This record gives sequence, structure tokens and C-alpha cells, in this order.
Amino acid sequence: MGLTYQSSGKGALREDYLNYNVKGDYVIALAGNPNTGKSTVFNALTGLKQHTGNWPGKTVVQALGNYKHGQKQITLVDLPGTYSLLANSPEEQVARDFICFAEPDATVVVVDATCLERNLNLVLQVLEITHKTIVCLNLMDEARRKKIRIDVPALANQLGVPVIPTAARNGEGLTLLKDTINSVAADKTELTPMRLIYDASLEVAIRELAEELDPLLPPQINRRWIALRLIDGDYTVIDGIRKFLEKKMVKEVFAS
Amino acid sequence: MTDSAQFADLTKIVKKASEYGQTQGDGVRDQIVSHIYGEAERLAATVVTCSNQRTDWDRKVDNIITSRLLGYPLMLALLGAVFWVTISGANVPSEMLANFLFGIEEWLSVLFISAGAPDWLHGVVVLGTYRGLAWVVAVMLPPMAIFFPIFTMLEDLGYLPRVAFNLDHAFKRVGAHGKQALTMSMGFGCNAAGVIAARIIDSPRERLIAILTNNFVPCNGRFPALIAISMIFVAGGVFSAYGTLAASAMVVVMVLIGISVTLAVSWLLSKTFLKGEPSSFTLELPPYRKPQIIPVIVRSLFDRTAFVLARAVIVAAPAGALTWVFANIYIGDLSIIGHVAGWLEPFGRAIGLDGVIILAFILGMPANEIVVPIMVMSYLSAGAMFEFDSLLAFRELLLAQNWTLLTALNFMLFSLLHFPCGTTLLTIRKETGSLKWTILAAVIPTVIAILVCFSIAQGVRLFNLL
Repeated sequence: MGLTYQSSGKGALREDYLNYNVKGDYVIALAGNPNTGKSTVFNALTGLKQHTGNWPGKTVVQALGNYKHGQKQITLVDLPGTYSLLANSPEEQVARDFICFAEPDATVVVVDATCLERNLNLVLQVLEITHKTIVCLNLMDEARRKKIRIDVPALANQLGVPVIPTAARNGEGLTLLKDTINSVAADKTELTPMRLIYDASLEVAIRELAEELDPLLPPQINRRWIALRLIDGDYTVIDGIRKFLEKKMVKEVFAS
Repeated sequence: MTDSAQFADLTKIVKKASEYGQTQGDGVRDQIVSHIYGEAERLAATVVTCSNQRTDWDRKVDNIITSRLLGYPLMLALLGAVFWVTISGANVPSEMLANFLFGIEEWLSVLFISAGAPDWLHGVVVLGTYRGLAWVVAVMLPPMAIFFPIFTMLEDLGYLPRVAFNLDHAFKRVGAHGKQALTMSMGFGCNAAGVIAARIIDSPRERLIAILTNNFVPCNGRFPALIAISMIFVAGGVFSAYGTLAASAMVVVMVLIGISVTLAVSWLLSKTFLKGEPSSFTLELPPYRKPQIIPVIVRSLFDRTAFVLARAVIVAAPAGALTWVFANIYIGDLSIIGHVAGWLEPFGRAIGLDGVIILAFILGMPANEIVVPIMVMSYLSAGAMFEFDSLLAFRELLLAQNWTLLTALNFMLFSLLHFPCGTTLLTIRKETGSLKWTILAAVIPTVIAILVCFSIAQGVRLFNLL
């Protein structure tokens, strides 16, 4: 375990969040609303190389799978299907903590193209946590059948992250999705994620708290988001921060 | 910087954050959520060009049904319409069933007497068991056979999630979970089912609130009693269009009182024993579907009507026999029921009821369905022979026992607010795993029922109202 942790280099908490030794090059999180064909995407990408268990300390199913693409070994983590990352159900907590603290190399949000508006809520919430996001616009076949037309370039432009139209059932768009995952994970795609700007007074409070949080957190973690959660009175994120600090402590003890 | 200092800093930051959050009241979460949703809506509007028409139609309907202005009035109107259809539709078959079943009773009596059966056997079997059963079937079956299919139809149509959506705000205001609107709706079917349904609420605090207050909406076992009493006293036993309307309105008022008490007690609990902030949730409004009428009728008749009726019959039969026995065993010059009812009489009077009603509620603990049958049987044993051939006769019986409009009103209120039935209490014990909460679940409603009935009775008597 120590070896894989060091060799993976990134994501100090990955091992804590996964019941699995990650040996690959990239860890990719797969998020999405329920009934968006998330599992179909997961199965289509990983095939039979899957591993299931429970999230540590939670009675929520954890599914991981592996695949190889472009000389890279990729571990895909299927997060529980949730409508948002704000409420406090165990599923949402698992999804949120993993995206924030386990620092996946990219997070793919699977959205249902036939009801984009509802699904965008989750996309915006993911973007608040991490900019390394890819939107997988799934069920495009159904959207076409229902005569729903989506301006994909405009959506990608507004969100500031790649949007890949797919129909996972038929394998449509999956190669492009895999290419994009590799590119984003390797930091080769330029990302300018859309920012949610709140009321001026709330923004001031967020900025103040984020500044105070700054010395406590490792550089990858989104201070703004943590600050917002704390103002919202969502103290479950503190557990994540605590874990982080403890891990750091252990590391420092070993180093000295 | 040392590590313990980092933890100390973290604690300080958290404190600061919570201070800021508190200055905003409940507003921060609302502000964040509505901002996210607003942005999602704006984005979707700019990139989605041709959405399908069905969704548009759904949305248009939803915009009306779940609007701030029309949401509540529409809900009330619908509820009133359902009761109106139930009450006006149940009247005729109810009377036919009663005539039929009590015809059989006469025939059974003749059979027993001609066979030379002893009086006590005739009493237990015919006057006790059979009459109890016939009452339950005649009074409860027709309203159930109408009410359940309509209710199932609304479920099938997709209306109930909209009700939850409408009520979400109210529940959040009182510090409870929005999903409690759904568990409450389940409670209209059966409180035990509503208690089990509370599992959908993740936070233990909010789940307990939902469990403890589920009893305040009338379940199937209590609806027929509420409907029957309002038919008799509010509609005056005369089925004019006006009377039926008034009776339906009365039941709606009862439901509204139930919901208000649910909210009030939820608020009280979340401010005292179960302090905390409400958590938010996402409720998906499913697309409207055309209800499948035949399957709905079949399903609701078999699954619900037959189930509830069977349960009522199973409990009512032995209870009927037992009540007859207690009503006919005399100690001194009074039956056992007479003694107990007499002992409860002062208390019953104080809260606008009488001893027999209180006794019926206590004996009706195993299932609320049998409260009215027990009450009727106790009255009958004390008075003359009584043939139930119409609701008017039922009215006569109650009037002969000094029932007034106050008694009827307080009977309905007590039925609405009193302790949950045995099944529900057992379910609460199982779901909470705690005897303390189970006892509270019985004590809180009972205290409220007594207080409300007492205040109304005293108020009415003081000012000579009604």
C-alpha cells in the first residue's frame, strides 16, 4: 500500500477512499444523476475488468474498473448516482468527498441529454469543486428521437470544459470520450471552468475564509468550495480536511 | 506551524463560518441552491433549441400545480372533491349493504331461536360478532371502494410528488425534512406504512420527527369514522347536495387540522428534543402518466380495500364478541362496560365526550377501525334493541345517548389526534429501536388530543356555543 501510494504520487487520500490498490496511471471519477446511463458508460469503458465493494465506513456500493487507452492504464471509479452534492445523504457525501479529497485526475459527469437542465445542476456543482471535469452528454440517441437539439460547442464554451456527446448503448462517442479523458488527465486540455458568482456579501465571506484556509490545505484542494460548504453549515467536509491533516502529519513524522 | 496549531486554526475557521452562516438565517442554503438552479436553467435555455412537446406540456401543468399562488388552493380543492365523490357516492351502496346485512342478522336470529340455541350463544354470535362485522362492512366498504381507487389514480398520475413539492417549504420552515410530506401522504393510507416510509429520510433527527408526527393524519381506519360522523352530524343525516358538500368540507377541515398539528408538533420537536437544521434534498417530479384505469381499480380494490377490510374484520369479530360479553355480564345492576364507562364518564364529559367513547378508543387500540363498532355496541347493550337500517337510525342512536354537535366535533378531533394504533406503535418500536420514543409517540398525541378537546368543550360550555 505504501508503495502504490508513493508511486501514484498524487492524491494523498486516494488509498483511504478506495478499497483497492490503484496501480494505473490515472484515476478517473464517474459522476452523474441516477438514470443517465452512467452504469452503461462505466461498463462500456471498463468491460469485465471490474471490482466491487463498499466505500470505507459506508454502506454505499463502490465499483471500480480498469481499461487501457493510448498507452495509459486507467482506473475508473463509479461514484454513486446523485442529483446534487449539497445534501447530506451518504451517497452524496461519498461522491463529493472523493471528487474533492481523493483528487481524481479527471471527473466525468454523465448527463442525460433529454433533460439537460436538471442534470446541469450537478455539473455546476462538480465544477465548483474541480476544474478537471468532462461532461459526457449521454443518451444522445434518445434526445435525437425526441427531437431535442443541443448546441454542444456552445455548451462546452459556456461551461469551459469538454462536452462529449455519446450514446453509450451503441458505443457512440466513447473513443472521443477516452481521448478526452487522457488529455484532461495529462493536463493537455485548456480548461476555463464556469464560475458561480454569488451575492457580493457572500462572496466576501467566501474569500475571507478561503484565505484563512489557504495555509491548511494542500494546493490542489479548492479552498473556495470548502469555504462555501462551511458557510453553508455543512460540517461533513471537515472530516475530509481532518483526514488530510492527519495524513500529512504521518508523512511529516516519517520524513523526519 | 505545528500540526496541533493547524487543527486549532481549523476550529477557528469553522466557528467563523458558522457565525457568518447564522447571520444569514436559513438564507445561505437557499441562496446557493437557487443560484445553481438558476444558472442551470439559463444555460439549458441557451443551448437546448427544440425540446419535445410533452415535456413542455408537463412543465406547463407543473407551473400551475406547484405555483405559490395556486398550489395550495388546488390541493385543497382536489382533496375536497375526492371526499365529496366518496361521501356522495358511498351513501346509496352503504344503505343497501346495511339493509342486506342486517336482513341476514334477522334471519340468523330466527335460525338461532328456532334451533333452540341458548340466549348467550345468540348474543355472542349474532348480536356481538355478526353485528360488529356487519357494521364495519356496511359503513367502511363503500367509502373505501371509492376512496382508494381515486387515491391510487392520483398516485399513478404523478400528483403525489407534486404535493410533496408544495409542502416541502412548509416542512422546512418548521425544521423538518421535505420528504416528510411524502411520509405524511403515506400516513393517509396507513400510519404504520407512513412510519416505515420514514426510512427515506436520512437524517435520524428528521426521521424521528416524521415518525412521531405521522399519526396526525387520519389513516384508512379513521377516515370512515370521520366521514360517517360528518355525514350524520354535519350533513344532518339528510343527503341534500348542500349536506354532502358540508360533510366533505368538514372532512377537509379535519385533514387540515391534522396537517397543521403535524407542522406545529414538528416545529416544537425540532426546537426542543430534536434540535437541528433541516437538510435539503432533490425531488424529481416524474412525468405525468395516463393512469391505467382498470389495473388501478383492480389493484386498489384487492391490495388496499380488501386488505384493510380483512384486517378490520379480523379484529372486529373478536372485539365484537368480547364487547357483547362485557356488555352483558352484570356486576350489581350494571354491566362491566357500564361500570368502566361510568368510571370514565367524568373524564369523558370534561373533554366533551363520554365514558363509552373513551372506552371505545381505549379498546380500539389494536385497530382504529373498531372504535365506532365498539362504541355502537356499548350503546346498544345499554339501550333498547336497535336496528341499523340507515344512517338516520344511527343518528337517532347517538342523539339518544346525548350526542350533540360538540360531541361529534370532539369525537372527530379525538379520533384525529389521539394515540396511534397498536400496529403503528409496534412499528415505531421496531423502526426507532427505542422504547422511550415509542412511549413519547403515544403520549404526545394523547396529551394534544385531550388538551384540544378539553379547551373546545370548556370554551363551548362557557360561551354557550353550539
